[in-house]
Amino acid sequence: MDHFEQIRADGIEAYLDEHQNKELLRFITCGSVDDGKSTLIGRLLYDAKLIYEDQLEALEADSARVGTQGDKLDLALLVDGLAAEREQGITIDVAYRYFSTKARKFIVADTPGHEQYTRNMVTGASTAEAAIILLDARKGILTQTRRHTYICTLLGIRHLVLAVNKMDLVDYAEDVFLETEAAYKELAESLGASGVTCIPVSALDGENVTTQSAKMPWYKGKTLMRELETIPVDDLDPHKPFRMPVQWVNRPNSDFRGFSGFIAGGQVTVGDEITVAPAGTRSTVKSVFGAEGEVQSARAGQSVTVCLNDEIDASRGDILSNSVDPPKTADQFRTTIVWMHEDPMLPGRSYLMKIGTKTLSISVAEPKHKVNVNTFEELPAPTLELNDIGVCNVNLDQPIAFDPYVDNRQTGGFVIIDRVTNDTVGAGMLDFALWRSDNVKWQDLDVDKNARAAAKHQKPCVVWFTGLSGSGKSTIANVLETKLHAVGKHTYLLDGDNVRHGLNRDLGFTDADRVENIRRIAEVSKLMTDAGLIVMVSFISPFRSERRMAKEAMGEGEFIEVFVDTPLEVTESRDVKGLYAKARAGEIKNFTGIDSPYEAPVKPDVHVETVKCSIEDAADQIMAELRSRGRLE
Amino acid sequence: MSLTHLERLEAESIRIIREVAAECENPVMLYSIGKDSGVMLHLAMKAFAPGKIPFPLLHVDTTWKFREMTQFRDKLAADFGLDLIVHTNEEGVAQGVGPFSHGSAIHTDIMKTQGLKQALNKYQYDAAFGGARRDEEKSRAKERVFSFRSAQHRWDPKRQRPELWSTFNTRTNKGESLRVFPLSDWTELDVWQYIHLQNIPVVPLYLAKVRPVVERDGVLIMVDDDRLPLADGETPMMKSVRFRTLGCYPLTGAVESEASTLTQVIEEMLLTSGSEREGRVIDHDAAASMEKKKQEGYF
Repeated sequence: MDHFEQIRADGIEAYLDEHQNKELLRFITCGSVDDGKSTLIGRLLYDAKLIYEDQLEALEADSARVGTQGDKLDLALLVDGLAAEREQGITIDVAYRYFSTKARKFIVADTPGHEQYTRNMVTGASTAEAAIILLDARKGILTQTRRHTYICTLLGIRHLVLAVNKMDLVDYAEDVFLETEAAYKELAESLGASGVTCIPVSALDGENVTTQSAKMPWYKGKTLMRELETIPVDDLDPHKPFRMPVQWVNRPNSDFRGFSGFIAGGQVTVGDEITVAPAGTRSTVKSVFGAEGEVQSARAGQSVTVCLNDEIDASRGDILSNSVDPPKTADQFRTTIVWMHEDPMLPGRSYLMKIGTKTLSISVAEPKHKVNVNTFEELPAPTLELNDIGVCNVNLDQPIAFDPYVDNRQTGGFVIIDRVTNDTVGAGMLDFALWRSDNVKWQDLDVDKNARAAAKHQKPCVVWFTGLSGSGKSTIANVLETKLHAVGKHTYLLDGDNVRHGLNRDLGFTDADRVENIRRIAEVSKLMTDAGLIVMVSFISPFRSERRMAKEAMGEGEFIEVFVDTPLEVTESRDVKGLYAKARAGEIKNFTGIDSPYEAPVKPDVHVETVKCSIEDAADQIMAELRSRGRLE
Repeated sequence: MSLTHLERLEAESIRIIREVAAECENPVMLYSIGKDSGVMLHLAMKAFAPGKIPFPLLHVDTTWKFREMTQFRDKLAADFGLDLIVHTNEEGVAQGVGPFSHGSAIHTDIMKTQGLKQALNKYQYDAAFGGARRDEEKSRAKERVFSFRSAQHRWDPKRQRPELWSTFNTRTNKGESLRVFPLSDWTELDVWQYIHLQNIPVVPLYLAKVRPVVERDGVLIMVDDDRLPLADGETPMMKSVRFRTLGCYPLTGAVESEASTLTQVIEEMLLTSGSEREGRVIDHDAAASMEKKKQEGYF
C-alpha cells in the first residue's frame, strides 16, 4: 500500500503515527552501471513512491530523449549523475539517496564500483550497516564482486545481500541462480562474512525487488525490499560494552557538570559504575539527559549528557565506559590502512590521527604488506599509494583507549590527517595492540637530564639549521660551535653529509627516505640533549612536517629553528660541491630545489639571509637568540 | 524497543553540532528563518541544554524577505534569548539592488551570496552551519556534511574531504572555513514530521491562508509590500496559498492550497505536488546550475 491509499484509508494522523516509529537502515550499493545498479536504486525509489510529479515528468521526458529502455521509463536516469560528472571532470564521489517504506527509512550510499574508486567505496561502506552487492546473472562472480565483498567485510559490514540481477536475460533459470549463490557463499565465507543472503532479481522489470516474482516461483525467499526491511541493525546493539567518547563538557553554571557525547556502544543507566578511559578513574552515573530531557537510561545511537557522582577529571577525547569491560589502552597498533590521497603515504612522517573525539600524532611504519583487492594476495610495498589498502604498524605519541575495529567501529576506526594541508589522507582500522611499548619500558635512570646538564653548567638545546644544499648551514654551524666552545659550552655538530656516511648510509633521497633520515636525527639529537649537550643539526630537512616532529620531540624552548635563507640562484651559482650541475644534468635524482621540493619555514626562530650578512654576523644572530632564551646562562 | 529514524537523525545531527562547537574556534549558525533552520536551531538548543548555544546565529537579510519572516525571527530571538546577528549588504542597498530592478540572479548574488561573504569575512567565522539537505536536489546528493571552502569562500571539488564513520576532520588553515550541514541526511518529510512531533514553531507562511498574489510566468508571487510593481490595470488576486520554501518574496512561488494546519500540509505534501525546489524562481534561471553557484560561494 502506498502513501495515497494509506492516507485515504486511515487518515493523516494514523499515517503520521505509524511513520514516526520507523527504523533507520544505512546501506551501500556495490556494482557497476553495467550490472544495473542505477536501475536498481531508481527502482527502489520509484517503487517506494518517492518520486514527485515534476521529477516524474522530467524522467518521462528524459527517458524518451536519452533513455535506453525503449518505451519504458529508464529508472537509471533518476540517479545517474555520475556519468555527467565524469565528463565535467567533477570528483566522482559517494552520492547519498533516501527513501522509506512503512517499516524503515533507508539511507543509500551509492558509490562507483571501479577499482580507481576504492576510496569512495570505503567511505560509503564505513557508515553502512548492510550492503547490496550486484552482479549480472549472465556473468556470475567477477573480479569486481570479489573486490566489493572484500571491502564491505573489511569495513565491518555484517549483512551482505547479493542481488543476482538481470534474471530476465537468463530466462529466470533457477540453476543459474543456485550456481551463483553457492559460489558466492563460498567466497563470502572465505572472507569471514557470515550474514549472506542471495536474491534473484530483475531491477528493470521489478521482479523480486518490492513484489514477489511470479516468474520465479522456485524462489521462496524474501524480496530485496523485504530483506532490507528486516536486516538487524547491529551497531546499535545495547548488549555491547558501554562506550561514549566525550565530545563536550557541558558546564553552564557551577551546579551542573555533564559530559556530552554520542553513545558509540552499549547502554548507560543511572547508578552504573563507569570508568573514564584511558585514565582509569571511576565514578557512578548520577543522571542522564537525552534529547527529551532527563532519562533513566540511554543506548547506542543516542546523543546524551551524562553527569557523575564524583568530581573526577574527564575531558574531550576521553571515553566513558562501563567498569566491567573498559576499553584497553595502548600506543602501538597493528592496523589496516586505506590510503586516500594522491600523495603517497610517507612511512615515519608524523601525521595527525583522529579517533572518536581525540586527535593526536601518529606515525605509520613501512607497510607489512599491501593487499591486492581483487585476489586478496599480500604484496610487499614500501609505501601506500592512492586506493592502496595495507597492513601497517603505527606509533602514537600517547596511549589511547580503544576497541579493535571488529568490536566497535566508532572506537576502533580512525582518519589520518596531513599536518600541513589538513587534508584527510587516509583511514584506518585498529586490528590489535602491539605490546612492545609495555615490554620495552623506558628505563628510569638515577642520573637524569637535569643532573647531566647541571654538571656541565649549561642548558641543553638543539639548534636546527635548515636550508638548501650549499646555503651555508654547515659553515655557519661550524662558526657557531667555535663561539660556544670559546665560552665553555659542551657541544656537538651533527652534519647531514657526515651522518649519511654512517648512521644513515642505508637511506637514499626519496621522500620516504628523507623522512626517515630526519626522524633518526631527531632521535639522536634528543639523546644528545639528554646527555646535556648543545646540539647543532645541519640538515637540508626540506619538509615542514618532519621539522615539526623534531621540534615536538624536544622540551619547551629547547628547539631553535634557524632558516639559512639563500636563494636557489645563489646556491646554484656557487655550487660548491658541483651537485647542482649534476642535478640539472639529471645525474642526481630528487635533488632539493631542482626536482624535489623545499618547504621553507613559515616562522623560523632565526632567519639568516646570507646574501645580506656575513657568516660571522649570522653566528652572532644565533648567539643572541640563545642568550635571549637563557640558554647561555 | 529500537530507536526510531527520527531519534537517530536527531542524535547524529546533535553530534555534528557539538563536534563543531568543540573543535572550531569561531563557529556561527546561519539562520534563514525557514523550517529547516528552525529544526537546526531546535537541535542546537538540545545539544547544549541546560546550557546556552555557545555560538551566535547569523541572518543575511536581503531586505526582500517576507515581512512575516522578519517578525517571526525577531520574536524567536527575543523568546529564546538568542545571540542573533543580522547582516545586510549595505553597498547593495546603497546601489538600490533588488530583484525587480536587477533581476533575480544579480539580486541573489549581491544581496545573498556577497552579503554572506561580507559577514563571514567581517566576523572571521571558521565554520558556518547551514540547513541544506541532500534530498533537495540531485546535485546535492554527494555534498559533504563538512564542506571545505578556500579563503575566498570557493568550493573546490578536489579539496573536499572523505567522510568516514562520523569522524569528521574539522581542521582548517587560517582564512579557510567550513560549511556544516547537520541536516544532510534528513528528507523533507523527516523535517515536517519532526516539526510536528516536537511542536517547533514555524513561520505562518507555511500554512495556507488567503493572501494577495499576482501570477508571473506561471508562478504565484505574493504582494507582500508596495515594492512589487504592478502592470497597468493589474490587481492582486486573493487566493488561499501557502509556501513550501521561504526566501525573498518576489522570488518565491506560492502554491494554491487549503492546508491550514501542519498535518494538512504534510498530507498535501505526501499526496500531491512537485518537489520542494519547484517554487524557487532562482533555480529556473538558465545556466545557473547549483554546482556553479556553489563554486562561487552560494550556500
